[in-house]
Amino acid sequence: MNDPLLSARALRKAYGRGDTLVRAVDDVDLDIGAGETVAVTGPSGCGKSTLLHLLGGLDRPDAGQVILSGRQLGQLGERGLARLRRDAVGFVFQGFHLMDELTAVENVELPQLLAGRPPQAARRRALELLDRTGLADRAKFLPAALSGGQRQRVAVARALANDPLVVLADEPTGNLDSAATLEVLGLFDDLHRAGQTLVIVTHDSRIAAAADRLIAMSDGAFTGETRLANAGGGPRRLAGLEG
Amino acid sequence: MSRVVLIARLAARDLRHRRAQAVLLLLAIIAATATLMLGLALNGVTSSPYLRTKAATNGPDITAFASSPAQAALLSGMGGVSAHSGPYPLASAVLGFRGLAVPVQAEGRDEAPATVDQPDVTEGNWVRPGSVVLERTFAEALGVTVGGRVTLNERSFWVSGIAVTAAMPEFPGVCYYMTCRADSQAEESGMGLAWVTQAAARGFATSASPVSYVLGLKLRDPAGAAAFAAAHGPVSPSGPVSSSGPALLTWEQVQDADNDLVSVAQQVLTPGAWLAMVLAVASVAVLAGGQMAEQTRRVGQLKAAGATPALVAAVLLAEHLFLALVAAAAGLGIGWLAAPLLSSAGAGLLGVPGAPALTLGTVGVVVVVAVGVTLGATLVPAFRAAHTSTVSALEDAARPPRRHAVLMAISRRLPTSLLIGVRLIARRPRRAALATASTAITVTGIVAVLAAHHAGDVSAGRFDWFAGLSDPVSGRVSQVMALLTVVLVTLAAVNAVVTGWATALDARQSLAVARVLGGTPQQVSAGLSAAQVLPALPGSLVGVPLGIGLFAVTNGAGGVSVPPGSWLAAVVLGTLAAVASLTAVPAILGARQPAVLILRSEAA
Repeated sequence: MNDPLLSARALRKAYGRGDTLVRAVDDVDLDIGAGETVAVTGPSGCGKSTLLHLLGGLDRPDAGQVILSGRQLGQLGERGLARLRRDAVGFVFQGFHLMDELTAVENVELPQLLAGRPPQAARRRALELLDRTGLADRAKFLPAALSGGQRQRVAVARALANDPLVVLADEPTGNLDSAATLEVLGLFDDLHRAGQTLVIVTHDSRIAAAADRLIAMSDGAFTGETRLANAGGGPRRLAGLEG
Repeated sequence: MSRVVLIARLAARDLRHRRAQAVLLLLAIIAATATLMLGLALNGVTSSPYLRTKAATNGPDITAFASSPAQAALLSGMGGVSAHSGPYPLASAVLGFRGLAVPVQAEGRDEAPATVDQPDVTEGNWVRPGSVVLERTFAEALGVTVGGRVTLNERSFWVSGIAVTAAMPEFPGVCYYMTCRADSQAEESGMGLAWVTQAAARGFATSASPVSYVLGLKLRDPAGAAAFAAAHGPVSPSGPVSSSGPALLTWEQVQDADNDLVSVAQQVLTPGAWLAMVLAVASVAVLAGGQMAEQTRRVGQLKAAGATPALVAAVLLAEHLFLALVAAAAGLGIGWLAAPLLSSAGAGLLGVPGAPALTLGTVGVVVVVAVGVTLGATLVPAFRAAHTSTVSALEDAARPPRRHAVLMAISRRLPTSLLIGVRLIARRPRRAALATASTAITVTGIVAVLAAHHAGDVSAGRFDWFAGLSDPVSGRVSQVMALLTVVLVTLAAVNAVVTGWATALDARQSLAVARVLGGTPQQVSAGLSAAQVLPALPGSLVGVPLGIGLFAVTNGAGGVSVPPGSWLAAVVLGTLAAVASLTAVPAILGARQPAVLILRSEAA
């Protein structure tokens, strides 16, 4: 791999103390190249979401470091982290987390307005993204009037609004039925093909199968890594275990 | 019975869990009920000091002002008169003390005590040649003590005593009902009352200002004093002493004049108490609404465990009813204890009124208002909670925010913090309206106080010879207005904190998402503050004319007083700065909590 876009070194994060101590992320090393799609799987509570939050600068590690495009996140203050999330990271959540009072297009343009982009340009870009995600005709709908799959597609469009270096998705199909899951799968596949760097925490084997790399996690540590052959190629298991 | 116990236990648990909110709610209702109690308690509190003074001085039922000894003799011999004192010569003079020149009515008295209307010397001794005795309120305003020296028409006198009387109103109302033979300027601004020997009083007369006579008449039927005065002399304010007839002042009129101090305080307190009540309603409404936003899941849990909608509503109402009753009791107690501070009738009368009686009517009004205010503000959220779907309550589905398309469109063009602030306002327009109303009421109160101060300054400036004296009435008004300002500002501060807290709580998920999307903590907390400051702006601007209007209404014939522009600008800017700093705490705390924790707890 050339210089990785996103790296983690000896990353640790624990909650509680004494008997109730939980090592959510325990000495994890990770390198993700530009354009790569990495799926992280594991049982509930194994630390997948915590890892994603640490990688995106939403949470701070107890030890170790995260480097995104050459910038050490640990050296950034809250304002710096906010700017980094705004400019370089897109998030997609299981619960969508759309603003209820904003229409689809307003939700998608919000990160751009927060970044200070002119309103007209932000609106143009938001409409383009909704068009790409197949929701051009739903631009003026409030989230309450959209199906689960449509809401998640709006969330993906919002994650892409500021052309992020990496999109971090936390169980993006966890709240969706089969049909909606297929919609979102197709969308992630398109992003993958377009060279968007993606890190997806998922239980869904169909999403995992579409990734370049599959990382298994348990009790806060990586227990296995599998490099998958894209475009119909079969999975390629790497020798040994990491983490 | 078990149902009542269950409701009480659930309500008690929740109150213990939310102590800070319970304290804020208590504070809001206590401030309002105490003010109301004060307003109600000032009814008729001066009657006992006046009657005590009248008894101690064997005060007259009618004080008569005659232009000649013959006219005085006619009055003293009239039917219905059982005893009299005087006639005593009365002359206008100018009292000089420490550079001040103050007009006085100098009443010439015998050195021997009179049987009717003998002023009660509270300090020093009665008049003798070369000495003067001053009415107590007047002496206090001058700062003169027994043994001091003053001049009367530039002749030196030593102050032998200080006394109180029930025959004439205390300073500054000596010329009440225009019974003095002084120029209108003196009457309007208040004169002092001084007792000297008869020879000294006659010596102050000039051809331009001749001596007149004053008598104290005891009637066989004191209750018929008004009828006696109406039958025998012009007493109306529009009918000053004429050259043809005597001016008769009844003991009830003197009592009314002495009640000025308290009635003015009451005149200011009563509208102030209602303003405070409105602010308390706003506080309670926001607190109850905020509590519901925080407790959605608890409501779901109660309902899932089998609680009926009525029980859910009853628990919420019981909590607030309990707080309202505690607050009403505390407000009654505080108002009852504080009333004597404002109901003291002044130095011109003997004794102090003490704590007012807690009548059933007063207690009833305060309790009904406290409970009414609280229930009125709690009913809507309680009803809403009772009818929330159990499933959505368990999912903690927040009350769907409103969408205001125009504000949304405007906000897109604003800097990030204002964008966040305007959108928070658009989510909950009713809360923003409450914040506007709360600010408007507070600014109204403060501007009314400033208008009163300004009016006082202007009148003091107009009568420059009066400027050195402290006017007890305006002093008392200042006291009451300062109290009202403290109450209104306290309530407004509680409102600002509560509204800021409720907004931060209600919008926590949206703000967490904004931070995930790249909003900095500074932008988010500034946005939260902006959501409080923006509604406060129209409130402060509207409060300025309302405050001027409120003062004009309470001032009656005194007219309109417009404080200087710099004062008004300072109030508006100061209010906005205060709102910004008060809401900064919940805003900063709200923005400091890690976004991921909020999103995780919302999703759990």
